[in-house]
Amino acid sequence: MNFQQLDEMEIATNVSKISQFVTNFRENNLLIGDRLRDSSKLVLAQNDFPTTRHESWKYTRLTKLSQLSLTTTEKINSPVSVPLKSPHVISIVNGNIVDVPSIPGVNVFRLSECSEKQLELVGKHISIENDVFQALNTLYLKDGLIIEIQENQQINDAIQLIFETQESSIFCPIRIIIVGKKSSKAHFFQHFSGKGTGLTLPVFEYFLEQNAHLKVDKIQMENDESFHIATDQVHQERDSYFKINTITLSGKLVRNNLNILVDGENCETNLNGSFLLHDGQLVDNHTIVDHLKPNCNSNELYKGVLNGKSIGVFNGKVFVRPDAQKINAFQSNANVLLSEDASMNSKPELEIYADDVKCSHGSTTGQMDEEAIFYLRTRGISDKSARALMTQAFIGDVLNQIDSEEVRSYIESKLIEIHGWTI
Amino acid sequence: MIKINNLHASIDGKEILKGLNLEVKAGEVHAIMGPNGAGKSTLSSVLAGREEYEVTEGSVDFEGIDLLELSTEDRAREGLFLAFQYPIEIPGVSNVNFLRTALNEIREYKGLDPISAKDFMAMVREKSALVELDSKLASRAVNEGFSGGEKKRNEIFQMAMLEPKLAILDETDSGLDIDALRIVANGVNQLKSPANATIIITHYQRLLDYIIPDFVHVLFDGRIVKTGTKELALELEEKGYDWIKDEFSTVG
Repeated sequence: MNFQQLDEMEIATNVSKISQFVTNFRENNLLIGDRLRDSSKLVLAQNDFPTTRHESWKYTRLTKLSQLSLTTTEKINSPVSVPLKSPHVISIVNGNIVDVPSIPGVNVFRLSECSEKQLELVGKHISIENDVFQALNTLYLKDGLIIEIQENQQINDAIQLIFETQESSIFCPIRIIIVGKKSSKAHFFQHFSGKGTGLTLPVFEYFLEQNAHLKVDKIQMENDESFHIATDQVHQERDSYFKINTITLSGKLVRNNLNILVDGENCETNLNGSFLLHDGQLVDNHTIVDHLKPNCNSNELYKGVLNGKSIGVFNGKVFVRPDAQKINAFQSNANVLLSEDASMNSKPELEIYADDVKCSHGSTTGQMDEEAIFYLRTRGISDKSARALMTQAFIGDVLNQIDSEEVRSYIESKLIEIHGWTI
Repeated sequence: MIKINNLHASIDGKEILKGLNLEVKAGEVHAIMGPNGAGKSTLSSVLAGREEYEVTEGSVDFEGIDLLELSTEDRAREGLFLAFQYPIEIPGVSNVNFLRTALNEIREYKGLDPISAKDFMAMVREKSALVELDSKLASRAVNEGFSGGEKKRNEIFQMAMLEPKLAILDETDSGLDIDALRIVANGVNQLKSPANATIIITHYQRLLDYIIPDFVHVLFDGRIVKTGTKELALELEEKGYDWIKDEFSTVG
């Protein structure tokens, strides 16, 4: 058997696996252009779900995900519960956009109603090559939104994007494109939850024009049967500010791909994340900050707390390209293992091609400080409360990065609800 | 208050306490002195419930309760307090949050309602003044970035907040300059009452100039070998521990 035959055979088997997965899905007819559509089809024809042999999926097994038998649904069973007071609520149930509100200073378009010209933003900075999830999203997403913050507009109340899964075994691809026009400012709150199960596959694309200012708080708390594979692709132009806080509280398998292209001078980028895992969960944060231009700052802080037989993955890459001088790029990942069966795989990577930069990265994984627990107990605090206090303190660094008091106290209330913390 | 009877304790199979007897009554201050390695810190660790130590023989009666049967937190809730020789830094946990949690868990144990935020803050102000602890330190993370003296004052501040029946001060004086020593001693003296008791574990006599003990015990080789009044402390300071060693060492 020669190699060409082998290749063909592999492709043949792959085709059947992916095509099995997509049996119940219908291709959309959005005006995304033939090139994007064709390349997506090609990706699905030539690739299978990645295995742990793929470098970027080394610790995240997708076997169970690939065996799911999913359908899509038009159903919207019940109204979503809205966490924040802000009136700007966009709800997406089972992958269906429920309504599109009118927000002063913001233009909102459904992708299904957009022209081919408008849809040129779709996938603009995303490399679809060999990425089956991007291809699945592109071909099978039913609809999505372009949310455009108008020039010089400051939207004071958070724009809430509420995603709920209310049915079992459903596939929810969705794409949200957020454009921060020149000198605009907005705060987005993404919230994923629901009693339903299946695979949620959201792709967010952020375009920050000159001097735009965007903050995003992403809360992931789907149930423990749910799979979630998210991509947040960010493009920053000069003088822009971007901050994203990713807080993962539950879900069976959660993968976050966060890719930030810092493509202008004098930008600031902040990416923080925290995950609290209990038995049987896997959370995988893959981040890339790519500094293409000089005089920028980026700060990254991810902290994880792992209990039971949970698995955590952190892979953070920072690139500083040859002409990107005077870059300050900091990255830190710290994890606490609460059980002997939990495992954490942390890989910080720096690739620096400029010579006048300040960059640092660090990764630590350890156990709870038993001396501190003992100290707290000698003051009358129970073992359980002592551990909760210590855990809260540990992830407090990340939660303190969330600027909205309302979002912070919402997360704290969920920590009590999900993790049973009494304080 | 507490009655320790024939206490034997070991760590990693090595016996440290070898039949220790001690009785402390309400209203009394006892000092335990002794050379390094005599078992002073082991005694405080065993009483606080540190799990690495194994009690092989003996009993500890604390206000009619078998202390050794209780978890560390329940010992604290019953009124035992240990001021640490090396107070632990806990980044991210604020002093006040920590103390409010402790106070409320103790109150819950006693069947009392949680303390109100207003009463709690008033208490923090009053008690931190007792040890001249800057109120800013009260809201900072537990011991994080505190100087040695501040850490020890923070221990006494916690003691003042939790109002224990029996406080054990483990080498609270070590590493303190005279000013800090006076502040700490002053705090301890003000907390003294006919209803509570204090055990001071120390290597040096000088703390006892400020906190006058009713009894001074010499701990050596896991046992209390000598008991006297504060004059015994002065004698130890003057003559060192060698004469104790000569008198009580068992020839092996």
